[in-house]
Amino acid sequence: MANLVETAKTKEEALIEELGYDDHFHDHHHGDKYQSSFVSKYIFSMDHKIIAKQFLITGMIWAIIGAAMSVIFRLQLGFPEESLAWIKPLLGKWIVVDSNGFGTLDPEFYYALVTMHGTIIVFFVLTAGLSGTFSNLLIPLQVGARDMASPFLNMLSYWFFFLASVVMFISLFLNTGPFSGGWVAYPPLSALPEASSGSKAGMTLWTTSLVFFVVSVLLGGVNYITTVLNLRTKGMTMWRLPLTIWAFFVTAILGLLSFPVLVSAFFLLMFDRGLGTSFYLSEIFIGGQALDHVGGSPILYQHLFWFLGHPEVYIIILPAMGLVSEVLSVQSRKPIFGYRAMVLSILAIAFLSFIVWAHHMFMSGVNPFISNIFVVFTLIIAVPSAVKVFNWIATLYRGRVRMNTPALFAIGFVSMFISGGLTGIFLGNSAIDIQLHDTYFVVAHFHIVMGVAAFFGMFAGIYHWFPKMYGRFMNETMGKIHFWGTMIGAYVIFWPMHYLGMIGVPRRYYSFDTFDAFGSFDGLNAFITIGAIITFVVQLLFVINFFYSIWKGKKMTEKNPWKANTLEWTTPIDTGHGNWPGKIPTVQRWAYDYGKDGKEFITQVTPLAEGEEPSDH
Amino acid sequence: MTGLIILISFLLLAIVVVQISRINELSKSIRGEEYGKQRSIDRQGRYLLIFMVVFLVGCVVSAYYYKNYMLGYGPHTAASEHGPMLDRLFNVTLIITGIVFFLTHVALFWFGYKYRDQPGKKADFMPHDNKLEVIWTAIPAFAMFALVINGLVAWNKVMDDVDPDEDYMEIEATGYQFAWILRYPGPDGALGARDFRKINGVNPLGQDWTDVKNLDDFQPTDLVLPKGKKVRVRITARDVLHDFYLPHFRVKMDAVPGLPTYFVFTPNKTTEEYREELSKFPEYQVPADPANPDGPQLWEVFEFELACAELCGSGHYSMKKIVRIVEPDEYEAWLREQQSYYLTSVRGGSDDPYTEQLFDFELEARKGEFDDALSAAIDAEDPADKIVRLKYVFFETGSAALTALSRYELENVKDAMLENPNIEIEVGGHTDNTGDAEANLALSLARAEAVANFLVNAGVPQERLVPTGYGELVPVDDNGTEAGRANNRRTELKIISQ
Repeated sequence: MANLVETAKTKEEALIEELGYDDHFHDHHHGDKYQSSFVSKYIFSMDHKIIAKQFLITGMIWAIIGAAMSVIFRLQLGFPEESLAWIKPLLGKWIVVDSNGFGTLDPEFYYALVTMHGTIIVFFVLTAGLSGTFSNLLIPLQVGARDMASPFLNMLSYWFFFLASVVMFISLFLNTGPFSGGWVAYPPLSALPEASSGSKAGMTLWTTSLVFFVVSVLLGGVNYITTVLNLRTKGMTMWRLPLTIWAFFVTAILGLLSFPVLVSAFFLLMFDRGLGTSFYLSEIFIGGQALDHVGGSPILYQHLFWFLGHPEVYIIILPAMGLVSEVLSVQSRKPIFGYRAMVLSILAIAFLSFIVWAHHMFMSGVNPFISNIFVVFTLIIAVPSAVKVFNWIATLYRGRVRMNTPALFAIGFVSMFISGGLTGIFLGNSAIDIQLHDTYFVVAHFHIVMGVAAFFGMFAGIYHWFPKMYGRFMNETMGKIHFWGTMIGAYVIFWPMHYLGMIGVPRRYYSFDTFDAFGSFDGLNAFITIGAIITFVVQLLFVINFFYSIWKGKKMTEKNPWKANTLEWTTPIDTGHGNWPGKIPTVQRWAYDYGKDGKEFITQVTPLAEGEEPSDH
Repeated sequence: MTGLIILISFLLLAIVVVQISRINELSKSIRGEEYGKQRSIDRQGRYLLIFMVVFLVGCVVSAYYYKNYMLGYGPHTAASEHGPMLDRLFNVTLIITGIVFFLTHVALFWFGYKYRDQPGKKADFMPHDNKLEVIWTAIPAFAMFALVINGLVAWNKVMDDVDPDEDYMEIEATGYQFAWILRYPGPDGALGARDFRKINGVNPLGQDWTDVKNLDDFQPTDLVLPKGKKVRVRITARDVLHDFYLPHFRVKMDAVPGLPTYFVFTPNKTTEEYREELSKFPEYQVPADPANPDGPQLWEVFEFELACAELCGSGHYSMKKIVRIVEPDEYEAWLREQQSYYLTSVRGGSDDPYTEQLFDFELEARKGEFDDALSAAIDAEDPADKIVRLKYVFFETGSAALTALSRYELENVKDAMLENPNIEIEVGGHTDNTGDAEANLALSLARAEAVANFLVNAGVPQERLVPTGYGELVPVDDNGTEAGRANNRRTELKIISQ
């Protein structure tokens, strides 16, 4: 056995030595000037692998904060009869304690928590934490590059994210509270300090933070695109790229085209807030007086926001799809089924994502005629999405699925994507959306399809590439408890929300008691909250596993533990700056030759055998 | 202290889990990596199957358990004409997606189990299959096509605006932080113009009172609509976005400041009829108030509700109005009870542009009021009751000059005098106790004479009128308050012969 590993190792090394491209990297001093001190190696690092870890760990911290917020507001929703006075030491004045010592969450802060939960999870965790982590880690490694096209911009990209994080974090401690107008920040609510306490300084910091964040995304995106286009190693044609890279590449393009629109939306909003312009404001009477603004349209903001907002959900889900495609293929020892169809469906989804934004606005007061067009495009997206699902399932068919944590999370992802994707067919049909819009049905839909599913993709990626990041494995037992806890927990939380939505319970309600129609579901709400608490605790187990395994996990003894084909597994276990100590590998075949010609796997650096048909046709 | 204990127990629990997991992994490697791995793979495969069964059965069972939450099913039926169409579309989609959901989940988990890694097994090299892929691209495309067509037909039907010639009524709903204001057009059937700059305490909608269409508009507390009549709701907002949401009617539309939106629907079940339907379901056959088991049951107190469905600030969850759907004749009766907002809250106030004129219906009402008072005085036996107070006759402050609007009341007096040629009256002037009593006496006499002069000029023979000044001597109210003093400043007619 040990012998086999030894030969495999030497075989890849020999192939790189023989066929690799010599860029005279080994002529540089070992540990070049950019990596010499602790600060330049671990903090202001320009190494894509360190930056990936920085994105991941910052994202994890935000994920814990964002999830903890949801637990707090779920407590208020699930158990309004229970006193929350015990959280007062943490939340201070936002827990209102009456004369009997009974504590309730301040409604203003409830909305701040809901808003921050959404903002943090969507942008900081599932955009930066997911795409930021894995694009950084995998693009250079899988395309065969020493690093990103611009390591410096890459470093800036992280530090702009860090700056955004700091500003957002500070906003949590404002006297007037963090922003509370929903993560979509629709004006006039977000534009007028009179309208809500969170729309005062909280909103200023919120937009500031997100502008920094967009800078981070753009710097990262430019880098990812350039690296994929220009730094692919010899032989790595676009059709030989692993699906991860296709996903990150298209994600970066989406971000580059859509995030600037968000910034312009934010700038107009800032002008309305600070300079007295009327882009979004018209005919408003608030705080006892009529404002000067006339002629603006709140709907303009919604168009601009969702022009990012919809591609954004694909910015979140495409990387997860890429990770899952790769993990499923590697862990079931089979080529991803229908590689070209998978690439084309990514491209189709990405293209369509730009022309469906107004399906978030069927009930916003836009001309009903225009909705016809958006319904058509929206439901067309179901086709490439369905193709992807069928291809994932077909990838499992007649494979040898390893049933380890990454594989389980990948399977869980497919389940979540099906469940959440199918409910999108209801919501994308404007006629059905009349009843379901802004109800818990929507909450269930997007949490499952882009929240939980994206997290599952991220988890699959973390468990799968953890050995590449830290040279150790994560603990499988804890991983499996984490998987089953999350899988069951997520359905426990979000499945019942479909029923609440069907009956018409609106989202973003602090209390349901005012209405007879919404007030009689205490049992379901308590059930959901208990599910949320348990699922949250299970996530802490993941965090423990993660940090425990960094230092105490089982050590990696071979370069390619999963017996995968892609290039990152040809680098040394302790991958240094520059990724390959000697020559850069050249690519001889596509990434998915698993089980071909009786061989379990054939790495991308292996040349075609005598008379072998290339699989990438 | 409790917090500390919880924290410590969490930490201990975490340590326990970590240690168990470590031991588990260690024992695996002691028993032989391959053996442990295989057992774990088999176990996870079984878990996948168990999960699949529990999950899919759970979906069916929970859907059955919550069947009364399903749109268009059980008590959850729509109360509008277009509602069942949307509910049907929902259910068709549910069936189609439900089939896909079951098939894909069974395949996913079954393949996961069946093709788990086992010794001696080999994976097939199966990179793609064009025929298969064409099939599973075509099937969803076809399904989507069918759903899109059905959806769009329904959508355009529902969102179709009214035709000006058809029979419909228009009302208006305005959202503000944190309530709704409803406005009905009144007898003229038209809503008056609004301007947000005119909004103030007594004019919450900024109605332009110079637009006569506004004068009969009324603002009821509840949203009351007749069954079977097409309603166009004009939806507006005063400050931030709101959303006009009637869950039972499948109606939802954002309220946007500066951009009125609309929703057209026809309620087709009265509240009573809906209650009858609900009474058949056990969950509605319980006391509405658990503390009062003998009180009315849940279905008996059921009301339709109007809610807000667009986040509008900290009070978003509390924007409720009761919606009542009634039979048309009941609606007519309710309509007659409603009073114009202008007349109840604005008329005569500082915002009223018509203080210098009286509307015909007001003139009629005043004439009726005066004639009634006069005939009561004529019929009265007691001389103290033979007095008629001229409620609408006023003078400029400190002067005997009649205000412009006083002539309407004096015209009524003139008409009555000419109709009853035998009556002779004393015109009595009264003041409050402000200022010098002598001067008040003189002023009251001058005012009484001014009234008499007006009547004489209008054609009443002078000998039938006796102007008298009482000054502040005969108060009818407390001079200590402003209201009391206003009451004391008055002009009275006393019948001295008939």
